[in-house]
Amino acid sequence: MQTQELEKIASQVRRDILRMVHGCQSGHPGGSLGCTDLLVELFFNAMILKTDSSGNVVFQMDGEGEDVFYLSNGHISPLIYSVLARRGYFAVSELASFRKINTRLQGHPTPHEHLEGIRIASGSLGQGLSVAIGTAQAKKLSKDNSLVYCLMGDGEQNEGQVWEAAMYAPHHQVDNLITFIDVNGQQIDGPTDKVMNNRDLGEKYKAFGWEVLHMAGNDAADVQQTIASAKKLSGQGAPIMVLMQTEMGAGVDFMMGSHKWHGVAPNDQQLADALAQLTETLGDY
Amino acid sequence: MAQYTFETKKDTRSGFGAGMEYLSLNSPKVVALCADLIGSLKLEAFIKNSPERFFQTGIAEANMIGIAAGLAVGGYIPFATTFANFGTGRVYDQIRQSVAYSGKNVKIACSHAGLTLGEDGATHQILEDIGLMKMLPGMVVINPCDYNQTKAATIAVADYEGPVYLRFGRPVVPVFTPENQTFEIGKAIHLMEGADVSIFATGHLVWESILAAEILKENGIHADVINIHTIKPLDTDSVLKSVVKTGCVVSAEEHQYNGGLGDSIAQFLAVTKPTPMEFVGVNDSFGESGKPAELMEKYGLNAASIVEKAMKAISRK
Repeated sequence: MQTQELEKIASQVRRDILRMVHGCQSGHPGGSLGCTDLLVELFFNAMILKTDSSGNVVFQMDGEGEDVFYLSNGHISPLIYSVLARRGYFAVSELASFRKINTRLQGHPTPHEHLEGIRIASGSLGQGLSVAIGTAQAKKLSKDNSLVYCLMGDGEQNEGQVWEAAMYAPHHQVDNLITFIDVNGQQIDGPTDKVMNNRDLGEKYKAFGWEVLHMAGNDAADVQQTIASAKKLSGQGAPIMVLMQTEMGAGVDFMMGSHKWHGVAPNDQQLADALAQLTETLGDY
Repeated sequence: MAQYTFETKKDTRSGFGAGMEYLSLNSPKVVALCADLIGSLKLEAFIKNSPERFFQTGIAEANMIGIAAGLAVGGYIPFATTFANFGTGRVYDQIRQSVAYSGKNVKIACSHAGLTLGEDGATHQILEDIGLMKMLPGMVVINPCDYNQTKAATIAVADYEGPVYLRFGRPVVPVFTPENQTFEIGKAIHLMEGADVSIFATGHLVWESILAAEILKENGIHADVINIHTIKPLDTDSVLKSVVKTGCVVSAEEHQYNGGLGDSIAQFLAVTKPTPMEFVGVNDSFGESGKPAELMEKYGLNAASIVEKAMKAISRK
């Protein structure tokens, strides 16, 4: 798919995110907006997904014969919900139930409510990479050549389990795994270098044995090219890490460049101001 | 003459190893993970038979639980193995989010549970693991009593779809249950018939309960002895049937009072049939170094203690 088409989808997804968070006055818009271009590229272009004879996506828990995506930083749930709905896994109208009582769209994603497209619960940080590695190893055992993708946050790199997984994947040559870190430099209490300095994540992952790529995460063309390069590096003995520079709040000028919008919902006026900057391309839910 | 006898003593962890050896040959979807304790978990035969289905995680238990969950998504039946302390308490949140809440078909299989780990001391002697695991919605918790039963339980949990905590231990204990038995999850086993007191035991305390019942019998007291190998789901029908007959209860386990088998039984009886009850277990303390038998005696986890508690329960009828 052309990047122009993907950008149109991304604009709608960003509208969905803002409206969902506004609708329940809770949730995490900042990181969701920052990672929108990545998830749109993955689900609408890069990933091979199981479809029926009409070309509609079909959810299968085991992901056999298709690429599998894991969201480790589960707080950007509005983004994954919007992308899954827009891709056709469940009705777009269901987005209105986000974080409300009896919803399948829990505050953080879970398969507990049987939401199509979600295979593991995430929210308690640092666990998704391990799960992604496990599924990648399952694919190898089953001689399934499809890939596993995983997204983590940069604040999430504070968690010790991430580094257990970082050590394990190269040791076991898990080379059917492409992982992204959303490097937006922000976490709840402030800039990552003030809260807990990650220092040079690229050098760290290289030292652990990963192939490391860099990507401009809010540039649709660069996202597409870098993921294509990452796919070419798969199957060569090492897991692949893509460090993705993004802007928290990308797409809405007054939400960018600060951790303020990490976990705060816009009020009515702020929502109107934000939506004025994003074209409604596919119809609001 | 004693109703139960034995020819050999073996460790329950070796029963687990034998079960895994069976699964390596008969269940191609079973995979095993271990955090640098292959010898302690008796996984050598599994690894020899199916090396491609074994994953060494190093000393990184949190990652091991996550990888197990990911393998389960991919259609495999992972057994994540280590010592009980490191496989439950250390990784509680990983089990909670990635396994239990996510509903993954992961078996957490742990050795060296309880005081009978011995000399290593309290850092390694977890006495809270049954409680931690049974509190998780949907988690099955099993603590078999001897080698044969542990082997059978290992094979049975592989066939069960859903998260399971399988607990076993290090010391050699009498092998008195049948070889090649069928293990039914959630179905208690009635070992001795009696109408004076119900003794509900799990794990290593089952044999001690049999010994206690023999001592009681010499004093004209007949105990109803029941092996509760599955703590969750609790076989409430068996519990109630016995209690209706006896009118008083002793629970026996190598675990804290809080969160253990006795706690589950007391909770059930409190709402169905309030009954005098006594507990054999560790009462809100950590363990310490020592020989297994010395520790079991010091902390009151043996036949003598069960006899004493039985007399007390009967006196409260």
